[in-house]
Amino acid sequence: MSAVVPEVATRPLVEVENLKKWFPIRGGVLSRVVAHVKAVNDVSFAVKKGEVLGLVGESGSGKTTVGRTILRLIEPTEGTIRFDGVDITHLPKNQLRAYRRKMQIIFQDPFASLNPRMTVGDIIAEPLVIHNLEGSPKARAERVAELLRMVGLNPDHVRRYPHEFSGGQRQRIGIARALAVRPEFIVADEPVSALDVSIQAQVVNLLQDLKEQLGLTILFIAHDLAVVEYISDRVAVMYLGKIMELATSKELYRNPRHPYTEALLSAIPMPDPTLRRERIVLQGDIPSPINPPSGCVFRTRCRYAIPECAQVVPELKEVAPGHFKACIRDDIPGLS
Amino acid sequence: MDENRLVEVKDLEVHFFTDDGVVKAVDGVSFHINKGETLAVVGESGSGKSVTSLAMMRLIPTPPGKIVGGQMLFRGKDGKLRDLAKEDEATMRRIRGNDIAMIFQEPMTSLNPVYTVGDQIAEAIVLHQGKSRKEALEQAAEMLDLVGIPEPRKRLANYPHQMSGGMRQRVMIAMALSCNPSLLIADEPTTALDVTIQAQILELMKKLQEEIGMSILFITHNLGVVAEMADRVVVMYAGRAVEEADVVPTFKKPLHPYTMGLLNSVPRLDLAAAHQQRLEAIPGNVPNPLDLPPGCAFHPRCKFYKPGLCDQEIPALQDAGGGHMVRCVRWAEIERGEAVEA
Repeated sequence: MSAVVPEVATRPLVEVENLKKWFPIRGGVLSRVVAHVKAVNDVSFAVKKGEVLGLVGESGSGKTTVGRTILRLIEPTEGTIRFDGVDITHLPKNQLRAYRRKMQIIFQDPFASLNPRMTVGDIIAEPLVIHNLEGSPKARAERVAELLRMVGLNPDHVRRYPHEFSGGQRQRIGIARALAVRPEFIVADEPVSALDVSIQAQVVNLLQDLKEQLGLTILFIAHDLAVVEYISDRVAVMYLGKIMELATSKELYRNPRHPYTEALLSAIPMPDPTLRRERIVLQGDIPSPINPPSGCVFRTRCRYAIPECAQVVPELKEVAPGHFKACIRDDIPGLS
Repeated sequence: MDENRLVEVKDLEVHFFTDDGVVKAVDGVSFHINKGETLAVVGESGSGKSVTSLAMMRLIPTPPGKIVGGQMLFRGKDGKLRDLAKEDEATMRRIRGNDIAMIFQEPMTSLNPVYTVGDQIAEAIVLHQGKSRKEALEQAAEMLDLVGIPEPRKRLANYPHQMSGGMRQRVMIAMALSCNPSLLIADEPTTALDVTIQAQILELMKKLQEEIGMSILFITHNLGVVAEMADRVVVMYAGRAVEEADVVPTFKKPLHPYTMGLLNSVPRLDLAAAHQQRLEAIPGNVPNPLDLPPGCAFHPRCKFYKPGLCDQEIPALQDAGGGHMVRCVRWAEIERGEAVEA
């Protein structure tokens, strides 16, 4: 690892430029498009090779849609997705398959994402069959056993069914399935949200180990900022389809510069009863993504909002080395 | 029962009789709640924390479930001391909603989708306070105002689906508090909410408790929420209380290895130095409730497990001093730093 030339090490593996995903809403007898849900609205970022990029946001922020659009499980409305320098935004299905092998996904719900009628062995071997890897049945069986060991499960359990496993073990099966085809890039969509605290730590540690061992690049999507801080190198904060702030995870948590990040951090209850903090309680709810506020989408709940915020859509600008924020105000004490 | 106490639960046992065997969901749990205090019950799935709260409301589905033992003493608003485990259904109906109210995790499924929120809040007021519908609706509007819903009179005519998750949880709170209960049971009230909305609801609950003075039984798995809300904490594991203490010692000086493990496995934003270190996970899984390990149910996952000691008898809940209760045979050794890790 140490022999890697710095430029190569920081080369982006996945690049997203001006990505938009608008879901049409149809109405009336002719089912004409009457409006759009602007789930992802002009988002750009890059995931460097070998890094974990955290993507946090509340429900409706568009974080899951970003993950699925990158894998082209959802077709983007506008924008460009590049994988290892190649534009895959409009690749036809037959050419996309080669890239699908390099990009895999781990889902949130370990109960819903495993077929209850397939054995664990078949579930993990399925991607190998689809991509025609490890040709012989024997080689596949060996690979499945290796994967089970890798995620900390007993290889003797290949013939068991998902219901025989606990939530944490099922999530390990989901991880083994994603790793089967030796991907370079993994979208982990809320992989620990459904798990109990003690099990959550096991899975976070496992993901960290696998990332080191296999040199994986991961887009880690979650709503829990503490978990994201733990595993990510850099973190992007989303709100209503836009990236509000992007920085290294250390910087973001110690020195947030966007009013939304500041409020989000202060809203998290800390497991320390002696800690007394000043809490910023955001008023109201997230506005509807069908009709987001003009200008800055956060301005309706922002305590620093000024009239100009309604006029201009703030650009994601670099305000310090590697630290980006989308806010027109750079005069807020404590945030600049 | 002490004048200052509102609730005293003693050796509560709730069993579920299933085709595969008896699940001892709650197996000898005891705790008390003082007037105006918040008691948090923490535990992971299957620990029995929700079953405990449902038992207090006598809402355990029977069959398969049954309260098979123990007492749940409760001092009603009328000053009478009752054992809720033994009261008949008619008395329970008078107590539910009036003396003890409950809010649930999922505000969407716990509101009726075909009635307006005004009607749903007014229902309890009409039932328990004998007011007319008009007076009740008037009071419902005041309650909505109290829980911070803008334009409360207009909102009375809304259906649950017209409101956001945070708003719906506010409606649930308004409904729960409409008859001035002396105990509010909150079962994971913020788990389904986003963190900024969770902050709003927690602030609201604290404010209302200060104004109204009710006691809260707060069921949650989130240790951050516990630290913020609780005066005292009961930690549950596999149907038993393993530790009970005031909130500060629970977090600063935990005595049970499970409580310690739970605290270590939470990623901490407030410990800057912890960045990118490994989390100390508790190995293994929560045991099958049909087949609990012998002795201390936590011993297969415990780093202080001592063969021949921990796997023999269920440890008793001992007082470690100052009302700090712990269910571990090795707690004193562990506290002195003499226990060797397995």
